[in-house]
Amino acid sequence: MRLRLVKQDTKFDFFSRSKMWIGLSLVLMVVGFASFLYQGLNYGIDFKGGTTIRTESTTPIDVGAYRDAMAPLGLGDISISEVFDPTFEADQNVAMVRIETQEGQEAVKSDLIAEVQTALQVIAPDIKFVSVESVGPKVSGELIQTAAIAVILAIAAVLIYIWLRFEWQFALGAVAALVHDVILTIGIFSALQIKFDLAIIAALLTIVGYSLNDTVVVFDRVRENLRKYKKKDLKELLNISINETLSRTFMTSVTTLLALIALFVLGGDVIRGFVFAMIWGVIVGTYSSIFVASAILLFLGVKRDWTNKPDANAGTQFANIDA
Amino acid sequence: MLQIDLWKRVVIWAVCALGLLLALPNAFYSKVEQQNDALAAIEVSGNSPERDAMAGQWPGYLPSGLVNLGLDLRGGAHLLAEVKVQDVYSARMKAFWPEVRDALRPERATIGTIRLQPSAGDELKVRISEPEGTARASEVVRGLAQQVVSLSGVGASDIEVSSDDGVLTIRLSEAEKRATDERTMQQSLEIIRRRIDEVGTREPTIQRQGTDRILIQVPGIGSAAELKAIIGTTAQLTFQPVVGRGSDPDASAGLGNEIVPSLDEEGAFYTLESAPVVTGEELVDAQPAFDQNGRPAVNFRFNPTGARKFGDYTAENIGSPFAIVLDSEVISAPVIQSHIPGGSGIITGNFTVEESTNLAVLLRAGALPAGLEFLEERTIGPELGADSIKAGQVACIVAFAAVLIFMFLSYGTFGIFANIALIINVGLIFGLLSMVGATLTLPGIAGIVLTIGMAVDANVLVFERIREELKSSKGPARAIDLGYEKALSAIIDANFTTFITAVILFVMGSGPVRGFAITLGFGILTSVFTAIFVTRLIVVMWFERKRPKTLEV
Repeated sequence: MRLRLVKQDTKFDFFSRSKMWIGLSLVLMVVGFASFLYQGLNYGIDFKGGTTIRTESTTPIDVGAYRDAMAPLGLGDISISEVFDPTFEADQNVAMVRIETQEGQEAVKSDLIAEVQTALQVIAPDIKFVSVESVGPKVSGELIQTAAIAVILAIAAVLIYIWLRFEWQFALGAVAALVHDVILTIGIFSALQIKFDLAIIAALLTIVGYSLNDTVVVFDRVRENLRKYKKKDLKELLNISINETLSRTFMTSVTTLLALIALFVLGGDVIRGFVFAMIWGVIVGTYSSIFVASAILLFLGVKRDWTNKPDANAGTQFANIDA
Repeated sequence: MLQIDLWKRVVIWAVCALGLLLALPNAFYSKVEQQNDALAAIEVSGNSPERDAMAGQWPGYLPSGLVNLGLDLRGGAHLLAEVKVQDVYSARMKAFWPEVRDALRPERATIGTIRLQPSAGDELKVRISEPEGTARASEVVRGLAQQVVSLSGVGASDIEVSSDDGVLTIRLSEAEKRATDERTMQQSLEIIRRRIDEVGTREPTIQRQGTDRILIQVPGIGSAAELKAIIGTTAQLTFQPVVGRGSDPDASAGLGNEIVPSLDEEGAFYTLESAPVVTGEELVDAQPAFDQNGRPAVNFRFNPTGARKFGDYTAENIGSPFAIVLDSEVISAPVIQSHIPGGSGIITGNFTVEESTNLAVLLRAGALPAGLEFLEERTIGPELGADSIKAGQVACIVAFAAVLIFMFLSYGTFGIFANIALIINVGLIFGLLSMVGATLTLPGIAGIVLTIGMAVDANVLVFERIREELKSSKGPARAIDLGYEKALSAIIDANFTTFITAVILFVMGSGPVRGFAITLGFGILTSVFTAIFVTRLIVVMWFERKRPKTLEV
């Protein structure tokens, strides 16, 4: 007896409510974008500059006392948050202290960090500073730029690859799905004000890769079916293709999610944001490859003239680039 | 149909075996690491029974390459420094002034008196009293120019001279600036490397980034502040003639002179001649020592040219003070008692033993040609790294188990085949990482977990395809064959696109993100390999033994 996530021979009509799905996506994208414009992202020090200190002590953390201890140093806006995690031991109390970039300082001042540490040692004598990270405003500005370039480059590279391997309509459909995924991911980070740092950019690019993976599998089947059923209506053909690959789409999403959820729960708080981005990306990416990429393909239409092409098996026709 | 040549089978198994063999040392991480450390120590400083014992822990015929742990897993310090390359321009111009003066002196008949004018640091302004002699003066100064030595700028002159009504402006040419920057960076890298090696920590990473930055990562060091103390000091040592002493930092120093504060005495300032007699570059050795009063001091020795300059200067200036200046602070300003011919001497000051030892290290390693500005600094404690490794391991195992069980439940026998391939796959990733000496970071672990989840994708594609082919009532052999054949294009396209993003991440990213890109990229390679070669081979071998009439996938 096999576990089946999806029944055999499904015949869902994925386009009967395609307007609703596209509408939903558009609304979510607008909400995400509005949140991004209105409250921005909760940038980590990688992108904003500043210093974060991770402290660990056996005595419970009193955020107010920490704040009072650091107040005389006049460091401007300080944020202190206690970190909770199932992987911590009972007497392991962890806090993150974040100090903004000091006015007119490019370089990171060690004595300033030392002052903060001395101040905190007064209220929690056994406090340990397990990590201290400082990024100057110069580097953080560049990091943002590089990150944005990386995401755009990735999307452009993918656009070109799919265009070469398929046709431009496929490429546009795939890229629309990617942009959708990226905007929704940035949107949820903005809406929930989750810390957005360099690792999240890595997650974004992975989402781009994953979402594409899904889209390409569906498109590959569409390409195959286009050769097989030369007369079928495109909508019907897309439906057949999505239904045929549905079982695989779910299998892969579920195994990936299983692995990611294990990491989310057990991997510690340091990479939780990163893993959250990927979990969200897998869900959104799976959705978008069906409801965004294919819908756009349907909207754009596909050239159906395959008559002068030999009906070779797709995997061996790398040279046949415009097929 | 369903045939795989013997040689292909051998190659596939050999690749798997090799990968697993390369991955093996990582399973005994601390043992192998101790051994590698011991071997390195023996190579540097000879045998000792203790080291031999350590070195014998791991059989020599097995590979001993390990996956390096990134700073976020091992703990350590990370610094990104910007080298202030412009510093060197003004030092160059400062040192150039005596040469210009000496060259112009014989021409006084045509150009009149020569005076140095105040100017920006990277240029010299010289006023001559007879404006008609400007052309001649420029010519003389141009005569001092030398050719730029660099790969690109051969033939260009190293200085530019412009003149305007009796004022000559001398500055470095663009080609020379570029060549100087390049040299400054090379020297800085070399000196930082030497200083860190003197302290003797393991596997430091010292890399140039972009035109004027240096990335320094030192595992195992207590904090970034400690690291900065070692590499952050320029340690520019000069011996300069003393003109006077006072307490006003803003006093007019006179041209060609500068005001330098005292290191120990609060409020004391020395007026010194800007051009040094000798610099730290001409030191050949420096050792911590004690002076005749038993206070910590540093002994030093000059090379022959330095010794001669120092000897000549002390012979001519008995009875007048000279200053020992370190990074623009006067350490001490003793009066020259006698001619010092041997080229060695002692620096005394209010040092602690630690300070004198540190100073000796810095002087020995050489001065940084320019100051450093720190743009980024990170310290990760070893406890946090250990916690991350622990959490990562648990997460990996759970993720692994979950995927294995899920695959078995979904595909039965074929699921087991995919699982064997998955286990080999993770082994291969570690094998590849060890082989290229890649660095595993926390996001890198996430990359592996993600790969575990995604690696089965290729197998899923094939298995689903076989199911489909079975539906159209072909025989099992034909179905398997077609399954692989038809799934191939989807596997290649899907993985290639993900691979593109991994490459972009690797190129654009840095540090931990790059670690993630590496594991993701390797994961894609190995998972495609295991899916289309290993699983297929296992399926074919199983099929050859069982010859099933029907197939359930």
